[in-house]
Amino acid sequence: MSASSETVEKRLTRMALVRKRFARNKLAVAGLVILVAMFVLAFVGPFFGKHSWDSLDFFNLLQPPSREHFFGTSQIGGDVYALTLRGLQKSLIIGILVAIFSTGLAAIAGGFAGFYGGKVDRSVMWIIDALLVLPSFLIIAVMSPWFRGRTWLIFVVLLAAFGWMITARIIRSATMSLRERDFVRAAIYMGIPARKIVFRHLLPNVASILIIDATLNVGGTILSETGLSYLGFGVQPPDVSLGSLIAEGTASALTYPWLFMFAGAALVLTVLAVSFVGDGLRDAFDPGSAMGKKL
Amino acid sequence: MSNNLIEIRNLAVSFPSEAGVVQAVRDVSLDIRAGEVLGIVGESGSGKTVMSLAMIRLLARTASISGSIIHDGVDLLQLSDDAMSKYRGKEISMIFQDPLSALNPVHTIGHQIIEALQIHSEMNKNDALKRAIELLEIVGIPRPAERAQSYPHEFSGGMRQRVMIALAIANRPKVILADEPTTALDVTVQAQILDLLKTARDMTGAAVVLVTHDLGVVAGLADRVAIMYAGKIVEIGPVEEVFAQPAMPYTIGLLRSIPRIDTVGSSRLTSISGAPVSPINLPKGCAFVPRCPAASDVCTVKTPELVSLSPTRMTACVRQGEIFALQDAGKLFQTGPVHVAPETTSDEVTLEVRGLTKTFPLMKGVLLRRRTGSVYAVDGVDLVLRRGRSLALVGESGCGKTTTLIEILNMVAPESGTISILGRNVAELSRSERLGMRKDLQIVFQDPFASLDPRLPIGDAIAEPLGNFGMSKADQENRVKELLELVGLNQSQASKYPNEFSGGQRQRIAIARALALNPQIVALDEPVSALDVSVRAGVLNLLAELQEKLNLSYLFVSHDLAVVQHVADDIAVMYLGSIVESGPVRDVFAHPKHPYTQALLSAVPIPDPKIERTRTRIILQGELPSPANPPSGCRFHNRCHVRSTLSPELAEKCSVVRPEMLKIGTGSVACHAPLK
Repeated sequence: MSASSETVEKRLTRMALVRKRFARNKLAVAGLVILVAMFVLAFVGPFFGKHSWDSLDFFNLLQPPSREHFFGTSQIGGDVYALTLRGLQKSLIIGILVAIFSTGLAAIAGGFAGFYGGKVDRSVMWIIDALLVLPSFLIIAVMSPWFRGRTWLIFVVLLAAFGWMITARIIRSATMSLRERDFVRAAIYMGIPARKIVFRHLLPNVASILIIDATLNVGGTILSETGLSYLGFGVQPPDVSLGSLIAEGTASALTYPWLFMFAGAALVLTVLAVSFVGDGLRDAFDPGSAMGKKL
Repeated sequence: MSNNLIEIRNLAVSFPSEAGVVQAVRDVSLDIRAGEVLGIVGESGSGKTVMSLAMIRLLARTASISGSIIHDGVDLLQLSDDAMSKYRGKEISMIFQDPLSALNPVHTIGHQIIEALQIHSEMNKNDALKRAIELLEIVGIPRPAERAQSYPHEFSGGMRQRVMIALAIANRPKVILADEPTTALDVTVQAQILDLLKTARDMTGAAVVLVTHDLGVVAGLADRVAIMYAGKIVEIGPVEEVFAQPAMPYTIGLLRSIPRIDTVGSSRLTSISGAPVSPINLPKGCAFVPRCPAASDVCTVKTPELVSLSPTRMTACVRQGEIFALQDAGKLFQTGPVHVAPETTSDEVTLEVRGLTKTFPLMKGVLLRRRTGSVYAVDGVDLVLRRGRSLALVGESGCGKTTTLIEILNMVAPESGTISILGRNVAELSRSERLGMRKDLQIVFQDPFASLDPRLPIGDAIAEPLGNFGMSKADQENRVKELLELVGLNQSQASKYPNEFSGGQRQRIAIARALALNPQIVALDEPVSALDVSVRAGVLNLLAELQEKLNLSYLFVSHDLAVVQHVADDIAVMYLGSIVESGPVRDVFAHPKHPYTQALLSAVPIPDPKIERTRTRIILQGELPSPANPPSGCRFHNRCHVRSTLSPELAEKCSVVRPEMLKIGTGSVACHAPLK
């Protein structure tokens, strides 16, 4: 006891511990590096290309990758390199923002409904059930004239608003059982306000569900965004996203693979990096995982 | 030897796990003799249950077993599963800890006994039914013919355990394995079941293997006792001899560390340092070395074998010869200083409860729910707690002691009655005053595995209440260090998660968190009952030490009278929602005035075979009635053992008039015919 108390190390708070445990996980750090690299590529990369995404090179239609066009050209002479990066910009932001918004909303709504119970629970559940019953595509279609011409970020809000309900229900039932545990009762008897109990005790204990949900949401959103584009809204042609590039390129995947391959690879890499980061975060939060403990 | 029913030789059981191989049982050799009661004592993880399951071959398929278990010339471990089925229930039968999960909920009790009978013998349905009813009668089920048609959920815990015993003795087995048969039961019911086990043994002549962690139970029932630690038997011998003069340091420590109800005056208990070892990656040599005060260099190298100490006893200790001498010198384990009950206690009342009542509505109907009645969980409870003293609230499960505690902690106006904390009536508190009051009243929960947030490092957990009441970050750091040291933990452990601590350490952390705000009253809800026997003493000693140092008032809720005897100054005995007797612990324990208190005290087993076997025990009839439908008059009258000795008029009064609390001597009692 005396030996170690002389070399008193500073007490680490939970956030410091989570950061430390995350940093120990090589795969998770690699995922984070890849993700940052993707952002850098998406926003800095276009300056190194020789063509902009909206200029057409009519002399080179459907050409394979070359020095002039790094990723080849499309049917109408668009530069696939510039298009892919343009799509990546949109899709990265849409995917990650929607995942964060919808999982965050689910966590807050589910966490408070589960903790308070009673009236709060009933009203949150009523909203959830109402949103689940309403066909979201129909509502978006009805509202789309109003959105036309406005910033595509509204689109992010809409996608998040229609995607959080099921996770919120899961979080609610998980917090309801956690609420009965002694450590929550201890916090109540210590006079800790409800808001802090939810954020400090309840949500960290359901972090695994939240992280998995957010991770899956990133990939799912990037792909489903294309579906909404058909309704004339979100990312509109001639503007592109990874989703629309993949949708268009799939048909010629075997004959003109470069139309599809680069956008597809960018998507796979993004989703992979996000899931590495997610796994790392989950292990960092979970004291029982062997991954975080290993030195 | 011909009188050995079962000979276990070099039994080893291990399980694969992600962390490594779990060596649950290591090289155990043991004989079970015909007609004896063999107690197997050990803490959780010592391998006692695994060993008994190995005898009846009920271990998981992943277990790898080696060695032999010879019964009647047959090695049970070599039998096929089909062949083994002929032994299970017929030759060796089992009584499980939890009688609810051991009985099939969709079949009647009678059906289950008939099934057990017909499997092992050619018996027609009628004969089997007759025999089943006979068995139910033997185990003391009232109206057996009728009750045979009932389902397990219609029985109480004690009654279910009786049914389990009926099942176990149905085929007149040679060996009955009883795995913690009374752990899930209340003391008064435990006494009934232990009595029944004795009867069952006498009737069938079977050997009983009693697996338990409770040394008191062993002292009363067993002929021989085997102490297990980390998968090995460390000491075995006749109960009287082992209890009188244990030879293995672990046994010595264990026997001295348990609080006893019969010791007058409260001495500090001997505590064994550390926590039970995990059966993964066991160290070389003796597994007890890290906790042993007598360990020497030899112990870390040489694994002690179980060798004869005398013709009847065996011990596994390298230094067994020397230990005897050391033990007599009384220097083996250090005992804490004697706890002197504060003579100069101030009369300042810190917590006062008057006429507290809490009812839960009984609802009926599916669409239109209406209240059809009330469950009187707490019905007129009075408590007075003074500064620097401990008040124990004692009673069996379902008597309302936890509800009382929760009502106090909620700090809101009760349904009726008053709760005053530090002289303030909680009903008159404003929101912010109530928050401030929370500083003064903190709680330590029963289960330290549930009361700490698994995802919050313990330093953060202890700092949480501090931050909540506006302490600066730097002050928080100092206070966390101070608190960890106060409860005997190392401050460098502050950045660890709760799962890296043992049960005893976690309870220390929970105590540190409760003390963070310098409370004046600490509510302790069964603070040691979830802990292993050998670490209980350490926590109890810590609590006593803290009370002296910080002048705390403890509200101690417990069902364990031996622990209460040890830590409390005053006691309030609760039965079915109301207090039946209260007063200073010393007086109440020495001269109980309420028949229930008397029965409760006599039901607690004493870990000393000489005393335990000679004292007379009052065995109460029946079990705690439902609080939804309490008996009229004195709520205890239908179970009272004194009532039958009273005059008819007085006995009639008991069943009609509810007794008031009357002051007699130093205490108060609610009884029409108080003892003495």
